[in-house]
Amino acid sequence: MSVRTLRIDGRDLAVPEGTTLLQAAREAGIAIPTLCHLEGLSPVAACRLCLVEIEGTDKLLPACITPASEGMVVQTATPRLQDIRRTVVELLFTEGNHVCAICVANGHCELQDLAVTTGMDHSRLPYRFPARRVDLSHPFFGLDHNRCILCTRCVRVCDEVEGAHVWDVGWRGEHCRIIAGLDEPWGAVDACTNCGKCVQVCPTGALFHKGDTTAEKHDEPAQLQALVHARHHQQWNP
Amino acid sequence: MSSGTGPSSSATSSRKVRLATVWLAGCSGCHMSFLDLDEWLLELAELAEIVYSPVGSDVKTYPEGVDVCLVEGGVANADNLELLHQVRTRTRVLISFGDCAITANIPGMRNMLHGADPVLRKAYLELADGSGQLPHAPGIVPELLERVLPVHELVPVELYLPGCPPSAARIRAALEPLLQGGWPELSGADLIRFG
Repeated sequence: MSVRTLRIDGRDLAVPEGTTLLQAAREAGIAIPTLCHLEGLSPVAACRLCLVEIEGTDKLLPACITPASEGMVVQTATPRLQDIRRTVVELLFTEGNHVCAICVANGHCELQDLAVTTGMDHSRLPYRFPARRVDLSHPFFGLDHNRCILCTRCVRVCDEVEGAHVWDVGWRGEHCRIIAGLDEPWGAVDACTNCGKCVQVCPTGALFHKGDTTAEKHDEPAQLQALVHARHHQQWNP
Repeated sequence: MSSGTGPSSSATSSRKVRLATVWLAGCSGCHMSFLDLDEWLLELAELAEIVYSPVGSDVKTYPEGVDVCLVEGGVANADNLELLHQVRTRTRVLISFGDCAITANIPGMRNMLHGADPVLRKAYLELADGSGQLPHAPGIVPELLERVLPVHELVPVELYLPGCPPSAARIRAALEPLLQGGWPELSGADLIRFG
């Protein structure tokens, strides 16, 4: 196995070829905030929270999809990056309608946590208050577009792990939203197996169990990771 | 962004800090949390003079020369706006107190209906039992603003104290340094979490 040596935040590291900067950093105990990334799902670099600085280029690169290469010198937490991350979180908060106090995910929300991590005690950007819908057509689950940050974890888990591909991303710009089937009510989509994996991996309160009220939703990515791991290692084969 | 040091002239220990609290469009939960300071309120009374507050004073007019003011609530109507401008003009350190002041929060959910008139129609006509009428009492019932706004979108703010409500411990962490002439450094989930 070929090895790549690089330096992240002043620390010399050696990692196997193909390791991403995010994996390399995390294995070295260097925390880089992420939101769309989830172990067990393919990376999409959608949220831009894991942007890092790499010596020799002015471009900021997302750590979750950038492979470590020989001699790379990487910075993960410069003041510039910290300001960009806070701005990204402010953009997410102001773009939708995120009312933590009355959200099912209050206290267990990755977006709420990131506001703390990035030091966002207020938004420097104005709130948009868009008019968004809630889809309660599914018998067990709900989708509140007000709380959706378009991380596409639900799209990926349904396609890559459950194999049902109920979810997609429809429309463009401020109208962009998660759609079920061919933009149908979720409950009308036959492909849905009612497995609930999308709810488990949703980082906010956008996807939730009906009946959950304020602060009652806990996302459970560990279950997904156990499933993906077991499949990969064929733990259920005789 | 927090300036880190706050306004240049700090309160001196030679006199009590003039402290105010203001209640705009919020549920008063932040003020209830303030009362949850319990026995520390006795220490607070040693360090500060409460010059205006719905829970600590009977003064009706916001006074001049206030050192620190906790502002609870979003800015939802003409009265809120007028009082906020008085507060800003007469206060050295304005603290945006709780999620409604910082994000518009629950009161701000009416902004999704886009305008005061649709909100009034929804509340007083569409959802009424047939006998609804729009409230109209000029000079008595304050006019709604078109949108509920966070405090800092209207006036400069020195310090932000998120939470719905901010816990008593969080309020103390912000006030205590200010009362002693210092400046609080608020970070971490215990001190700046929304919700």
